[in-house]
Amino acid sequence: MLGALIIVFREVIEAGIIVGIVLAVTRGVARSRLWVSIGVAGGIVGAALVAAFAGAIADAVAGMGQELLNGAILAIAVLMLTWHNVWMASHGRQMAADMRQFGEQVRSGSRSLFALAVVVGVAVMREGSEVALFLYGLAAAGGSGAAELLAGSGLGLLAGCAVSALTFLGLVTIPQRHLFRVTTALITFLAAGLAAQSASFFQQAGLIGALSQTAWDSSSILSDTSLLGRVLHTLIGYSDQPSVLQVVVYGATLAAIFTLSKLFAAPKSGARSVVASRTANGARPA
Amino acid sequence: MRMLTNFGRGVGALAVALAVCGAARAESAPIQLSLKDHLFTPAEITAPANQPVTIEISNQDATPAEFESKQLRVEKVVAGNSKITVQVRPLPPGRYRFYDDYHEKTTEGFLIVR
Repeated sequence: MLGALIIVFREVIEAGIIVGIVLAVTRGVARSRLWVSIGVAGGIVGAALVAAFAGAIADAVAGMGQELLNGAILAIAVLMLTWHNVWMASHGRQMAADMRQFGEQVRSGSRSLFALAVVVGVAVMREGSEVALFLYGLAAAGGSGAAELLAGSGLGLLAGCAVSALTFLGLVTIPQRHLFRVTTALITFLAAGLAAQSASFFQQAGLIGALSQTAWDSSSILSDTSLLGRVLHTLIGYSDQPSVLQVVVYGATLAAIFTLSKLFAAPKSGARSVVASRTANGARPA
Repeated sequence: MRMLTNFGRGVGALAVALAVCGAARAESAPIQLSLKDHLFTPAEITAPANQPVTIEISNQDATPAEFESKQLRVEKVVAGNSKITVQVRPLPPGRYRFYDDYHEKTTEGFLIVR
C-alpha cells in the first residue's frame, strides 16, 4: 500500500505544484477557478485517452510517437507560460495598480486564463496518464492486494492535492504587491524547466542528436528522484544529469521570456520621471 | 540533354549516399530485451562505446511498464503485451542502470558499455 501511495504521489506532485501556482497567480480573477477546473478536467480526460492508447501512441511515427507527443505538449505548455508572462508584463502592472479597472482588464485577459488552463491541462495529462497506466496495471494484475493498492493510490492522490493546496496557501501569504513579481519569476523558471524537459524528449526521439553529452552529474549531492529533488525539478527544472542541450534550452528560454517581457512591458508610471531626471542632469534624449 | 543527364547522375549519387547513410544507421542491430513476470531478460546487456544504441523492449506481461533510466536519459511507457524501441545516445564505457518505473526496486537491469 505504501508503495502504491509513493508511486502515485510522486507522479501527481508536479501537476499539484503547477495547479497550486496557477491558482495563486489567478487568485481574485473572475472565473479563474472555473478555468483551472476546466484545465484539470480536460487533463484527466486527456490522461485517460493517452493511457488507453499508450500502445498505439508508442507505435506511431516509427516508434517515436510517445516521445514526440510528450515533447510537443510540453512545448505547448512553455509557449502558453511565455505568452502569459508577456501578457502580464504588458497588462498586469495597471491591473495591480488600479483595482477599479480590474474587472475590465480581466475580461480582456480571459485569453491569458485560457493559456494557464492549457498549462494545467498539460500537467495533469502528463502525470495523470502514468497514474492511469499504473492503476490499470494494478487492476489487471488483480489478486488479493489490489484493494489495498488502490487505497494507497487514493491516498497518494490526496497527498498530491495537499501539495497543490500547500503551494497555493504558501504563495498567497506573500503580500499582494510582491506576489506579481514572485509569480512572474516562478512561471519563468517553470517554463524554462518544462522547455528543458521537452528538449530531452525530442532528443530521446532522435530528432536532435547534438549536445547529448551529460553536462554534470549532481545525483550524489541531490538526486532529482528525492522529494526535494522532485519539487525543485518542477519549480526550477532541476535535473541531476542534464544533457548540454537541456542546459542550453533552459538558458535560452529564460532569456527569451525575460527579453519578450521587457519588450512588451507597459511603460512604468515611474519611467517618465526617470527620463525627466536624466534630462535634468543634462543627458538630453536625441 | 547533357544537363538532364548530369541532373540524373546527381540524383542517383544522392540516392546512393542516402542509402549508405541509412545502412550506416541501421548497422548495429537493436538489442533485444524482454520483460516477463516483471523481470528483464537478459538482466545485463552490452553495447559498444561511443555508438548510438537501439534497444527493443518486448513487454510480455499483461500490465504496462515504464522503461526508465536516469543515466541513459530515457523514459518510455510500454503497454502490456507490446513492444517499444528506445534510442540511446553514444555513451562512454560504463555500467548504466535501467528499471521499470512502476516496480523500481525489483525490476531492473544494466547496460554495460565497453
